[in-house]
This record gives sequence, structure tokens and C-alpha cells, in this order.
Amino acid sequence: MRIDLVQSAILALLIVLPDTVLAEPSEMELLRNAISEMRADYDARIAELERRLAAAEQNAQQAQSVAAISTPAAPGNSAANPAIGVIFSGSAWNYASSPDGYAVQGFPFGGEAGPIDEGLALGETELIMNANVDDKFSAWLTVALALEDGEAVAEVEEAWVETTALPAGFSARLGRFFSGIGYLNDKHAHAWDFADQPLPYQAFLGGQLIDDGVQIRWLAPTDTYLELGGEAMRGGRYPAASAAHDGVGSYSLFANIGGDSSASSSWLAGISFLDATAIERPSGDEDDPLLFSGDSELLMAQFVWKWSPNGNWKQRNLILQGEYLKKSEDGLYSGAGLSGTPYNGDQSGWYAQAVYQPIPRWRFGGRIDALSGDNPGALFDSTPLALRSSDPRRFSLMADWANSEFSRLRVQFTRDEAGPQNENQWGLQYIHSIGAHGAHSF
Amino acid sequence: MKTSIVLTLLFLPFMAHAELKVFACEPEWAALADELGGAEVSSYSATTALQDPHYIQARPSLIAKVRNADLLICSGAELEMGWLPSLLQKANNPKVMPGKPGYMEASAFVLRLGATPNIDRAQGDIHPQGNPHVQTNPHNILAVAAELNRRLVVIDPDNAAAYEAKYGNFSKRWRDAITIWEAKARPLRGRRIVTHHKSWIYLEQWLGLQEIGNLEAVPGLPPTAAHLSQLTATLKDTAADVIIRSPYQDSKPSEWLSARTGIPAVMLPLTVGGTEDAKDLFSLFDRIIDILLGATT
Repeated sequence: MRIDLVQSAILALLIVLPDTVLAEPSEMELLRNAISEMRADYDARIAELERRLAAAEQNAQQAQSVAAISTPAAPGNSAANPAIGVIFSGSAWNYASSPDGYAVQGFPFGGEAGPIDEGLALGETELIMNANVDDKFSAWLTVALALEDGEAVAEVEEAWVETTALPAGFSARLGRFFSGIGYLNDKHAHAWDFADQPLPYQAFLGGQLIDDGVQIRWLAPTDTYLELGGEAMRGGRYPAASAAHDGVGSYSLFANIGGDSSASSSWLAGISFLDATAIERPSGDEDDPLLFSGDSELLMAQFVWKWSPNGNWKQRNLILQGEYLKKSEDGLYSGAGLSGTPYNGDQSGWYAQAVYQPIPRWRFGGRIDALSGDNPGALFDSTPLALRSSDPRRFSLMADWANSEFSRLRVQFTRDEAGPQNENQWGLQYIHSIGAHGAHSF
Repeated sequence: MKTSIVLTLLFLPFMAHAELKVFACEPEWAALADELGGAEVSSYSATTALQDPHYIQARPSLIAKVRNADLLICSGAELEMGWLPSLLQKANNPKVMPGKPGYMEASAFVLRLGATPNIDRAQGDIHPQGNPHVQTNPHNILAVAAELNRRLVVIDPDNAAAYEAKYGNFSKRWRDAITIWEAKARPLRGRRIVTHHKSWIYLEQWLGLQEIGNLEAVPGLPPTAAHLSQLTATLKDTAADVIIRSPYQDSKPSEWLSARTGIPAVMLPLTVGGTEDAKDLFSLFDRIIDILLGATT
């Protein structure tokens, strides 16, 4: 067998060779002369290179003796181990009326949801570290540094370890992480296309769902991208609360499917489901919060489509994306004038946005986000759960300029028809990063 | 028993594909895998010659391809750092994780030029490990081929003999081709070129071309009007022979400069597929040399 192959290889060589080297006799001679000329020339150049190499080696030895500079040799890893990066952000936001009392009537916010600080403000500063732990695990840490009531607060936003060597397309993540539900949920704030989260994320997820737990993902061995995942989480954060069921208060399931529709365009679609249990979950006014105890279910569906001519993203590109969220809650409300009042209702919300980059560096975008819900009944009439006279909605426009992939300046305008009164808001934002900057997901 | 039969039937469609799946980040490495693997290998390139490999979306289709790959080959030296780590993280495929035989950075096996260990991002999009566009020197292709052959043999030992034969064949043909290219390209020695991005330093080193400027003032950032005007003035004093850009780069800056200075501007295929007739690695270098000769003589 082996001999056969070797023989056939030799045969192949004999067949192929003459084709490539046979040329006109005169050209042959020409080439031969040229080659000998080049050989002489190369000898001189090689000698020169050798001299330079020797010099370089000497330099390198000197450098090493001065300081132990580690060469960035690890393939696929950034200059330092662990890779360290810092994200800076800040904003200047303008409101017609003070955002202190901002609320969307009928949809009391929980978690981290709420308007951007008025005036000049430092946003979240994120310190990110990540690296492979060994050949079977990787780890990620995001520490968010923020000012809360004038005090510097460091919060462990994400801290997880993940398998890198499970067979059959499986992976498991342990720790604190952004849940894999929806499209925007696991995107870091610095990767958002608008300065704030759309209304349904604010109303139903407290901005973004982060929790402690386990995530399992499986990727199908197909040419079409098909990912299935599930999470079991502590249930300590909005829309869950108080870590019910002995500290396993929430479950989620998600499925994503995607592919390319041409060389220029690609898409991703997904559905996800979150089942959370809340015990005395606060929302609304911080001083007199509503407290919800019961079951909270969330259904999400998303679609994202990205386009760039021939897939050459740098020059020109377009992103269309939209998500639909539906929340069903069944339980009891206390606080804010209520005491154990039964609530059973559905609320839904959606957003749709388009971001276009016509030339390198510049992007322009528009977004609509809206909420609607069941009337909770007369018992809730003068509470934050009573619906607004018209469904809350907003219209936003943004333009941003990125000098490089590490710096971005943005201006955003929002027509807000969701808050206490309809008004125009606008603001400026910067997002910069230094150090290692992880790759962005689709 | 029954379960195992069902399972076998279920996975039969996947087992039937016996050929080794190669995921290449760039077309030149997919073409090389085809040369060295032949029918034993099915290759897929994540990018085309019309795409800037620095800026690729970590698309779902690419994640699916990495999920099923037996071998991944990329230029490395941080060229793909904006998207490959995301693909690897999402693809759940231990075979192609860094450190495994199935993960190969081509540029790690050649002498990289332009390494700058102490860089500042104010200097632009510079790769501290060196310039990653190593494929434009055919001697580098040969070095990468030797390593790729070793990997194929390690990953798929059953077909070792076939791989060795194909490698022997390829390296012989490639060396012969290099001899011819070098003879043909002799008139190019010492020619002065202006390039859009620093994509061609390995070609310059190979052919003895002299790079006297770039259209990008800062690597990776689009050319600015101020820099182009300055370049025009510089070129009035010391003329260049040709202005070079890659197929994925905006043609306007090089055409603008060409119109101002009278220096011909050409589009050189940076990889396989960059021009219609650059169909494989051999025709790629044929084209590069033909275009340069055509523009400078």
C-alpha cells in the first residue's frame, strides 16, 4: 500500500514536473544565467543577514540581562497573561425635566434599570481580566468600578470559569455571568449600539440579567449554526429575588440558529425562556418599593441581520436587529400601599433598530422601543402598576465616530414617550479601552 | 444494544465524512491545505480575498465551521484577534484549541518581520509579534507547508503516506516555481513602491522592492487627506514606481495619489482569489509578478 503510494507519487512527480520547468531553450538559458547571478547576489545578502542576525542576538541578550522581558509567545493569547483590559466610559446627558423621579407607569423598574445620570457623569469603568487556566479551563473576570452616592464601589460583575475541552460540542460555565437569553443580554455595555438598553430590557430584566450559577451549551455538528443552552441560577437578581428554592431560584433555556444568506449577509435568530421565582422582589421607588412574591416567566425572541459588501466589514456595513419579550407574572404584590394583593398578568415589549456605517469610522442608527401590558385591575389603580394612558414608547437616533476600534464618541437623541411626561432627551458619550480587548461576538 | 444501533444510525451521516476538515482563516492557507491534503482534506476559508482579515464578524456560520473542524490554520500574530477568540470560545471544539496539534498559526513558523515588543497604541494597529501578512513571500509558504504536513500526519496518521507524497510533490513544484518567479522578477529589484497598508513587507523583502511610503498615516486607520497631500509632496522629490493596494482596500486614495503624481496605481492580489486568475497559490504569485512587471516596465 505504502509502496503503491510512493510509486504513484513519483509517477505524479514525473508527470507534473516537465510541465512546470519545461520552457523554450533560449528562455532556459536566460533563466540559468539569471539564477547564477542571483545565487551570487543571494550569497552576499545572506552574509549580510547573518551579520545582522548576530548583532540582533547580541542585542537580545543584552535586553534580557537588563530586564526579564517576556516575549509574547503564547499563540492566541495577548501580550500579558492574564490579558488585562480597562474600559472607560462617561456621558453628558440632558433632560427636559429631572430624571430623579423617572418611572414608566405600569412597568416599575427593578435591578439596575433606569435613566442615564443627568449632566456630566463618569459611567461604569470596567476592569477585565481573562486567560486560560490550563488546558481544560478558561476564566474571565469583570470588575465594574462605579460611583454610588459619591462612594467608589467595586462590584464583581462577571466571574466565571468555563470548560474548553469537553467533547461532542458541549461546554459548561460556572460562576457569575450574563445569562445567554436574548441577543443583547450578554453584550457588555461598551458593545451596545445605543447608550442605554431598550425599554423591554429595562422593564423586564432590570437592564441585563446577571446571576450566579451554571450554564451548559451544546453546539450541533451541523453546517448551520445551532446552539442549545440552559442555565440554573441562584435567583438573587431581578426578575428573580431572594434566591428561592434553596438558592436555585431561576432556570433558563435558549436556542439560537444562524448562518450566511450570501457572501455579504448573515443572520442569527433565537428564542429563550426564563423561569424565575421572586420573594419580596423590590421595584419602583427605592424608598417605598413594590414587593413582588411569586412566579415570573419571560419569553424572548430575537432576530439579527448583518450586511456588508462582500463581507468586508471595515468599509461599509449595516446591522438590523429586533427582539420581542413577553413577561407573565403570577403572585402577590405588597408595598406602595398594597398588602398581599394578587396579581396575574402579561406584559410585553419590543425594540427594532438599524445601525449603518456608510464610511469607515462613522455610524448612524435609529431605534424604536415600546412596552404594552394587561390592565392589572382596579386594586392597582393608584399604584405604579396602573398602566399609562398610552403605551410607553421611545424613538432614538444616534451617531458615533470611532477613531480606532478602541475609541468611540457618540451623540444620541431620544424622544421619550414612556416617562412621566413626553419629552426630548439628548446626550454625549465616550467609550474607550486600553489593554487587551477581547474579540466581540456576532 | 438497541440504543447503540440507534445512536450509530443517528451519527452515521457525520461519520460518513471521512475527510479531514480544515478551517483556514485566510484563503492562502485553505489553498495550501488543498495542495497538501488533496482528496483526504476538505478545506474552508473563513475569509475571502475581498475581505480585510483584521475586521471580520464572528458570524454564526464560522462558529459552526470551527465546531466541526479537525485542524485550524490562521496567519496568527494577532491578525485575527478581533474575531478568532470569539469563534474558538463559542465553538466548543477541543481539537482546535491553542496548544493542540489542530491549532496552527502559520506565521509562527516563519521569520516574522517588523516585530515591535514595546509598542504604544498611538502608533496605530501594530502587531507586537510582527507583521502577520507572511504569505507574500513564497519561501514562507514553503516553511508553513512543512509544518502543515507534519500536523496533517499527526492528526490523520492513517493517510500519512498520502500526505507525505503530496507534500513531496508540492514542495518540489513550489521550489521550481520560486526559481522561475525569482528569475522573472529580477527587473523589479530596487523598484520603489508606495503601499496602502503595510501588507507587503515580505514581498518587498523577497523581491528587493523598496517601500518608501504608506497611504495610511497610522497603520489600520483610513488614509487622511493631510497625509495624502504630504505624500504627494514627498513623491514629487523622490518618485516611486508603483502604488499598491489590496483588493479589499478602498481604491480612492491610491487613485487620487496616482492622478496627482502620475505614478501607476495597481491592485495586487494579497491572497488566492484576489484577482479572477489568482486561482491557487501558483497563479497567485504568477499574477503578483506579472502585475508588478506590467506596471513598472
